[in-house]
This record gives sequence, C-alpha cells and structure tokens, in this order.
Amino acid sequence: MRGFLLVPAALGVMGLAFWAYQENYRTQAVAAEAAALQTEIGQLRDRLALLEAEWAYLNRPERLRALTILNYDRLGLLPFAPEQFGSIDQVAFPPDPIELIVSGAIEARAIGTGESWP
Amino acid sequence: MIRRPLRPLARILQARAEGADPAEIEREAIRARNDEARDAMRLRAEGRLIVLVLCFVGAFTTVGVRMGVLAATEPSEPKVAGAHEVIRATRSDITDRNGRILATNLPTHSLYAQPPQMVDPAHAARELVKIFPDLDAETLERRFTDGRKFLWVKRKISPEQMQAVHDIGEPGLLFGPREMRLYPNGQLASHILGGASFGKEGVHAAEVIGTAGIEKAFDTYLRDPGLSGAPLILSIDLTVQSAVRRVLEGGMALMNAKGASAVMMDVHTGEILAMVSLPDFDPNDRPNPLAVGDDPSDSPLFNRAVQGVYELGSVFKIFTAAQAVELGLVSPDTMIDTSGPMKVSGFRIGEFRNKDHGRISVSDVIVKSSNRGTARLALQIGGPRQREFLETLGLLAPTDLELVEAPTGRPLLPERWTELSTVTISYGHGLSSSPAHLASAYASLLNGGTRVRPTLLRQSGPQMGERVVSLRTSAAAREMLRSVVASDHGTASFAEVTGYSVGGKTGTADKPTPRGGYYNDKVIATFASVFPSHEPRYVLVVTLDEPVETSGAKPRRTAGWTAVPVAAEIVRRAAPLLGLRPSVDAGTLPKVIPTAN
Repeated sequence: MRGFLLVPAALGVMGLAFWAYQENYRTQAVAAEAAALQTEIGQLRDRLALLEAEWAYLNRPERLRALTILNYDRLGLLPFAPEQFGSIDQVAFPPDPIELIVSGAIEARAIGTGESWP
Repeated sequence: MIRRPLRPLARILQARAEGADPAEIEREAIRARNDEARDAMRLRAEGRLIVLVLCFVGAFTTVGVRMGVLAATEPSEPKVAGAHEVIRATRSDITDRNGRILATNLPTHSLYAQPPQMVDPAHAARELVKIFPDLDAETLERRFTDGRKFLWVKRKISPEQMQAVHDIGEPGLLFGPREMRLYPNGQLASHILGGASFGKEGVHAAEVIGTAGIEKAFDTYLRDPGLSGAPLILSIDLTVQSAVRRVLEGGMALMNAKGASAVMMDVHTGEILAMVSLPDFDPNDRPNPLAVGDDPSDSPLFNRAVQGVYELGSVFKIFTAAQAVELGLVSPDTMIDTSGPMKVSGFRIGEFRNKDHGRISVSDVIVKSSNRGTARLALQIGGPRQREFLETLGLLAPTDLELVEAPTGRPLLPERWTELSTVTISYGHGLSSSPAHLASAYASLLNGGTRVRPTLLRQSGPQMGERVVSLRTSAAAREMLRSVVASDHGTASFAEVTGYSVGGKTGTADKPTPRGGYYNDKVIATFASVFPSHEPRYVLVVTLDEPVETSGAKPRRTAGWTAVPVAAEIVRRAAPLLGLRPSVDAGTLPKVIPTAN
C-alpha cells in the first residue's frame, strides 16, 4: 500500500525537479536576451539622438532658406505671405465620383456587351 | 502481535493449587503490559524529536549558508527588474514649442596625451599640427617632453580628426568619450539658449554645464537624471524666430543701425514666441566676454531685448493715456490743450520739432505723439498713482524671464519721483526699461487688461493675472494705438499690413552720453505694436539702436521711418506663420504658375 504512494510521489518529485531546472534555464536565457536587448536599445537610442541632431542641423532654417534660393527655378518657393490665405469658396468641388461610376455603367450597357449588371 | 491474557489459566490453576493469590498474577501482567506500551510511546516520541531536530538543523543551515553566500559575493544590480526604467545620464534636450530641437548632445571624443608612453614626441607634435592648425608644434613638443605624465590636447574632436590622429600611430595619444552640447540652429536663438561648457573633467567623462541663458537658468533641471531624457520645451517658435531674425537683420543693415532687438509675445499666455537681439553669436562657439570697463552693449553676448535698459520714449504715452481713461479723468474724445509754452519745475516741456498741435483729443495726443498733451494728463493723474500703475504693469522691477541675465535688466528709476519725473516719465524719459518689459506691459494693457508675465516656457493656457485696467480701457487703448497706424497723420502709418489691423506706438529717444547729457544724432527707435488690434493676439516690440535712414534729402532717425517699416515686415512675415488669417478680403490670388514648367 505504502509503495503505491511512494513511487508516484518520487516520480512526481523528479518530474517537478526537471520542470524547475528547465524553467530556471529558460529564465536565464531570457534574462540574457533582455540584457542584450537593453544594450541594443541603448546603442539605438544614441544613434537616434545622433540622427535627430543631424536632422535638426540639416533642417536649420538658414540652410533651408539657402536651398530654396538655390533651387528657385525648380521649386518656385517663396516666403509664406498673407495673400496666400484663401477662403473655402475658392476651392472647386471635385467631380462626384458616384456619378462617374453610374455614367460609366450606362455607357458600358449602351455599347452592349450583352451582360447586364446584377 | 500476540496478545497475552491477563489471567493465564495454567498459572492461575497452579497458583490456586499452591495456595497463592491469583490476583498477584493479574497485576503483574498488567504492569508488564503498561511497561511495554510506555516503551513504544517513548520510542515514537524520540523519533519525532529527531525528525524535528533534523528539520531545524536543515533550515538554519540553509539560512546560514545563504547569508554566507550573500556576504561573500560581489553586489550586482538586478537585471530584469530594472529593465523598465531607463535612467539616462545625459543632459536633456531643449526644443521649441513644436518639438524642433534647439539644443542636443552629440557623442564625441577628447584627445589627451600620456607623454611617458610616447615613442616619438617630435613626430607626433608635427603630425598633430597638420590635423589641428591652431596648435603650435614647438609648444606641443615642449609639453610632451617636459616630464609631465598627462596633458589635454583637444577637448572636442570630430570623428574624422579622430581617425587622422589614429593614423599617426602614436601609442601615447589617447581618446576619451565626451558628450558635446550642440546647437544645430547656430545663431538663431543664441541669446535665449546661452551656451554650455565642460565642468568637472575626467578622462572618461565630463560634466556639461550651462554658462548663460536658459541653459544656466535651468542647469539643475536639465542635468536631472530622473527626467530620463524628457526635453525642456520652450515657448519659442523656430520658424517665427527665424523669420523675425532674418527681417531684423535686413532692417538693421538697411537702417544703418548698430544693434537691434525684437520681442514677440502672446498677449494672453505671456509666451515669448520670438526674441532676437542683434548682433548675436554662435552658442556652439561662445565668444569670451569683453574686458571690464568696455561698454557691455558692444558685446554680441549682450541681450538687448532683456538687458538693454534704455529710455524708450513716446511708447510710454499710451500708459499715461490709458491710466487717465481708467481713472475716469478723460475719455478718448476729451479735448486737451497742448499749446505751449509749458513749464514744469522750471523746465520747458517742448514738442518734437517745436510743433504746436493746439487743442486736440486724447486719442490725437497719442496719434500725434504730443509731449505736452501727455504731460497735462500725467499732472492730472499725479506721481504716486502713476508710479503704482507702472508697477502693476511690471515696469519697475526686473522681468521674471527664465534667463540668468534677466535680473540684470533692472529698470532705472529716478531717485526721487518729483513732479518733473512724473511729466517726463509720462512720455518715456527718465525711466529706463528693456524691450521685454515694454512687451509684457503692452500685453498686460491690451489683452483685455490682465497682468501678463513673460515666460520662455510653453504654457498650456492663458495666464489669469490680476486686473490692471478694465476691459473698456483696454479696448480704448487698442483703438488709440490702431489710429496711430491707420490715420493719415499718425506717426506709424508705415506699419499698415493689409489684413492684420496693426496698432502701435512709436518712440524715438535720444541716447544718453556717458557724461550725463544726450547725443544729438544718436537715438533709440522703438515701435511697440499689437496685432490684430480688434482681437489682440500678439505684441511685437522692435528696437533699433542708432538707426539712420538716408534715402531722403536729410537723414531720418525717427522710429516712424526706421523701426516701423521693419516691424511691419516682421508682422507680414510672421503672422501667416503663426496661422493668423488676414481678417479682410485678401484680394485676388497671384497667378498660379505650374512649377514643373
């Protein structure tokens, strides 16, 4: 009777020990990975800061102004002036897309492909 | 277990036969049974005790061993737990109100030498001079060979220079990492940012500390590692700052001025959107301060907008007029006699070019900038009340801008506030203040009448300051300022910018000589303005130092000819950038040319 209890208990202990060791090794692997990722994040952050600094340097207003003057022939950029404010009335409505689809369908039918739309 | 009977029949019978007491046999049997039971129980109790002892010994051994291990091992930081909070040791960035970088850090290297490890000091010195032309080969070689163990060669070097130094192949030349403060926009906001330099320096790291401007004022904040890289957000708008600086630089050259400053401020929040002082400098390479004794305003480090304390002239007249209206002494339409002669405490109060405007309304006193008109109003108000009013506008104390230079911009007051002082201060003489003071006073007066304190940090909403004047007085002041620009005979008719309804007041003040008098041909020309005047959003103060406009037959020095056109151009350029839509019909759009052709 007692043997029947002892054997599963011993097996259980061995199983749990195996599981615990496995978890331990997995945790260590994940911790090492996390540390590696932390280092990478740090490096990327430094790189990002460097790129942001470079971006800010390349986009400094003084340089952009010189570039617009140099490329005036191609870009035609001028300083933003009060006259450039328009009102919404000055913008034409786009052609109604639904109407176009319908008129296209009508045309297709008029040509007579033999098939009508469901 | 074999159970023995208490009265074994055989022995009972034998005892009876022998005539002994059979009960004796029973008692003996009971005793024997009790002994047996007692022995068994003791054995069990002993076994339990042993188990318990083993348990305790195991537990205490575990604790003891763990303590020993903890005591013996090197301490290390928990890796996983600390992963969420990243502590960054670098100085925080400074950005403009839209997050564009104004100051950031750049990893770079410093170059130092350890002469004992050097192979060929003379060769190294020659090669270093080829890379860094500002070094001197002989001095360098002497330093390499005079027995010292360590010396700095360069504080900051670029990656290319580092490679070139590597290529010398000298083992005694070594590099240390350095964080360098970088201002990518160069001179653009130099006076606001100030500059930074190295504090305590080691081979492996150096402290970056602010030396001026907001870098110094917020030094501890910027160095706080707990911020973990959150930037300091200023109220400055980079594009507006750039446009203002560009226009002011052009205006300064055109008007032959030796210096200029401009302050643009939000009238409700007190945020400084642009603050320029020319000439300026590059904070990446901050020049040294001038020697003691020289005029500090000649240095490019001098922030005219904050430190430049001058008598600003007629721009003060609106304060007198607004206070008179606020006190109910006059309305904008009340007629004032401005004809001369007028004498106060023995001094003659004259007008510009000795004009005589006669009887004019209070509004026209401002439009025509009549000294005698404002003087009469000031005499009605009286000195103590005038002083109190200027104090509530913040004109008598240094501004609380977040710059280390701000406390040095202390207004100069008369020692005794006499009747003559009252009169001269009413038209802006005898009281010196900076353009930043003037901008915040105009903002407080014109935003509806609540006190605004200037700030360089981005705000989330309007400042609900204490009331300075009533809504009605504020509106009346705006109307008077508007008519200075809009009416044909106003002093600031050049300030008209279609659609933005600029209102403002000019001021031309003679510069004081070092010996106490005034120059005849050197002025400070100021234009303080608000736009749009019907629904005020921004205040702009433009000051030119010693301007002279030479397109006419005679050189013109008044603000109407110098500061006003510059301010108008600033409004024209900056207002669209601030998203201000012109309030009247903008007219026909210019013809659109397809840029591809």
